Amino acid sequence: MTNSPLRFRDEPEHDEPAVTLDAFLGQSNATAVRIEAGEDARALLPHLDRLALVEVSFPSFRDGRGYSAASVLREAGYRGELRAEGDVLVDQIPLMRRCGFDSFAPAQPVDAAALARALEQQAHVYQGAADGRSPVWRLRHG
Amino acid sequence: MYRYDQYDQAIVDARVAEFRDQVERRLSGALSEDQFKPLRLMNGLYLQLHAYMLRVAIPYGTLNSAQLRVLADIARRYDRGYGHFTTRQNLQYNWIQLKDAPDILAELAKVEMHAIQTSGNCIRNISSDQYAGAAADEVTDPRPWAELLRQWSTFHPEFSYLPRKFKIAVIAAPKDRAAMRLHDIGIEIVRNADGQQGARIFVGGGMGRTPMIAHEVRDFVGIDDLLSYLEACLRVYNRFGRRDNIYKARIKILLHEIGVDAYREQVEEEFLAVKQLGLDPPKAEFDRIAAFFADPPFQADAPDTIDRSDPAFALWLDQNLAAHKQPGYAIATISLKPAGGIPGDATAEQMELIADLAERYSFDELRVTHAQNLVLPHVRKADLYAVWQALDGAGLAEANLDLIGDIIACPGLDYCSLANARSIPLAQKISNRFADPERQRDLGELKLKISGCINACGHHHAGHIGILGVDRKGTENYQLLLGGSGAEDVSLGRITGPGFDEDGVVDAIERVTDLYKARREPGERFVDTYRRLGMEPFKEVIYARP
Repeated sequence: MTNSPLRFRDEPEHDEPAVTLDAFLGQSNATAVRIEAGEDARALLPHLDRLALVEVSFPSFRDGRGYSAASVLREAGYRGELRAEGDVLVDQIPLMRRCGFDSFAPAQPVDAAALARALEQQAHVYQGAADGRSPVWRLRHG
Repeated sequence: MYRYDQYDQAIVDARVAEFRDQVERRLSGALSEDQFKPLRLMNGLYLQLHAYMLRVAIPYGTLNSAQLRVLADIARRYDRGYGHFTTRQNLQYNWIQLKDAPDILAELAKVEMHAIQTSGNCIRNISSDQYAGAAADEVTDPRPWAELLRQWSTFHPEFSYLPRKFKIAVIAAPKDRAAMRLHDIGIEIVRNADGQQGARIFVGGGMGRTPMIAHEVRDFVGIDDLLSYLEACLRVYNRFGRRDNIYKARIKILLHEIGVDAYREQVEEEFLAVKQLGLDPPKAEFDRIAAFFADPPFQADAPDTIDRSDPAFALWLDQNLAAHKQPGYAIATISLKPAGGIPGDATAEQMELIADLAERYSFDELRVTHAQNLVLPHVRKADLYAVWQALDGAGLAEANLDLIGDIIACPGLDYCSLANARSIPLAQKISNRFADPERQRDLGELKLKISGCINACGHHHAGHIGILGVDRKGTENYQLLLGGSGAEDVSLGRITGPGFDEDGVVDAIERVTDLYKARREPGERFVDTYRRLGMEPFKEVIYARP
């Protein structure tokens, strides 16, 4: 991956390469990890305080396991960079943002104008999620 | 019924704008068909054999007359003057052009309708009991629960790319009119020992090539916990459901492989974590929704008797009426199953006439049934004769609810690119063979369901008599199943043996119904006799050498 990722974070990009989950769990000093679609994000929960980057692989845009992986990590309090990598389509990025992804490395280039429109599309959401947006029931009832 | 507020309307309007943008990108060539496909599927737009098919959501099967008139108008302006009501209580148009789809969605949005999540690997339209809010036997109206779930599931960020499609049904009566236990999640609203209402949760039902009956996973979830509990159910599926084989990707296979106890344990563990996140709306939100489903202003002293002096009317009453919770009122089903007709089809003119009747005689309310009929849920008994006369004048007074002529059929090879065999011509042949109303009544309740392929959209596994169309070396072949049920006596049909051609399967149905007539005991339905006798005597008459 030569292109720099699309990022929705202020601090500079983490420069340590992500290691595999097995490698991460087997060594104590890595700060970036990559989890494949079938791997259990919960294995990272005891180590969240030393992680700066978690990269979640999307082998196919149809494979939605990464949305749950991201949600699990954010719900457990992970605050570092959470990157979606692979077959990530422009119209999926708004949903991924809601699940807590704040960095994207799509295999195919993303049309910036289409992405901007997609992110602006829905002013309201029906359900709570990792992005902390207020669902409409909260707007209705304060 | 539920009405949109500013938020609901804004969300649906934004969806229309988004889809218009996507269609423009497709028509300009900026998007390939491959890239466009997942986007159009999220809006209920399929590419079928001859044209695009658009599936419009009818949440929990409830409509008002303005909505039905718009559906009629769309049928006339953008399709060929008719629409097709489906086994998921939705409506499909079969002859749509891509360029028109955004305009159609805009027309729908004006009457608080949409096509969101009527396809794709996401949580589909929530289905329910078509008699909800009217049935004499219900614990409560299940629709507020269903509407809560509609909102929660709409554009759910975590569950829009599930391993496979996901269907939820909600009922609240001991009689199951929604095939609840043949859904990925079936919910029965019950009252516990303290008098509290809550959800009894069944998971892992479904039809398709591996039919399964849903298992009870929880006997009671209160309204305060329902969304968190369902989040947990869905998350376990999204994380661990199979993605290596499309035919093994439904949640029923996950439950089958790990077992219901292991699934339940994982869900309970997940639920404890999810419950901390504040995903459940306050009771005030449920109450806000429920207020929309308050009883219409029934006439308290409406006469409870019906003048049955017109014999044709009396036959319709006996067959197509259900008991209403309010004295002096009845629930009337309008059969969309005339002999020789296409099950579930309605013309624009028929829809408009039915909309008029709903407005005048049923507090502006209509329902769609999973058996592909329409319902006027709140008719004064004193008005039934006028309603029947209007229906009769339009050819809509078929008195065959739940009889052999009330066939469920998928669109089949005439429309569907997945089908192996035609369903509609076979349904027409069967309904013509059994067209005699007296013969139908004599056979009694007999649910006949036809699917044109293994995906089972026509619910053949749940038919007292089921028919599955397959392709056998290039010719259409029909397998016969007996003994299924989608009701509270839920069961899966068994295949009788070798299949038949189109005429052969109609003959075989005649033989099994003849055997039923010869062997039935007083009060037994076809399926009861089958359950008592077993498959063998039926096989003998089906495959007997002349």
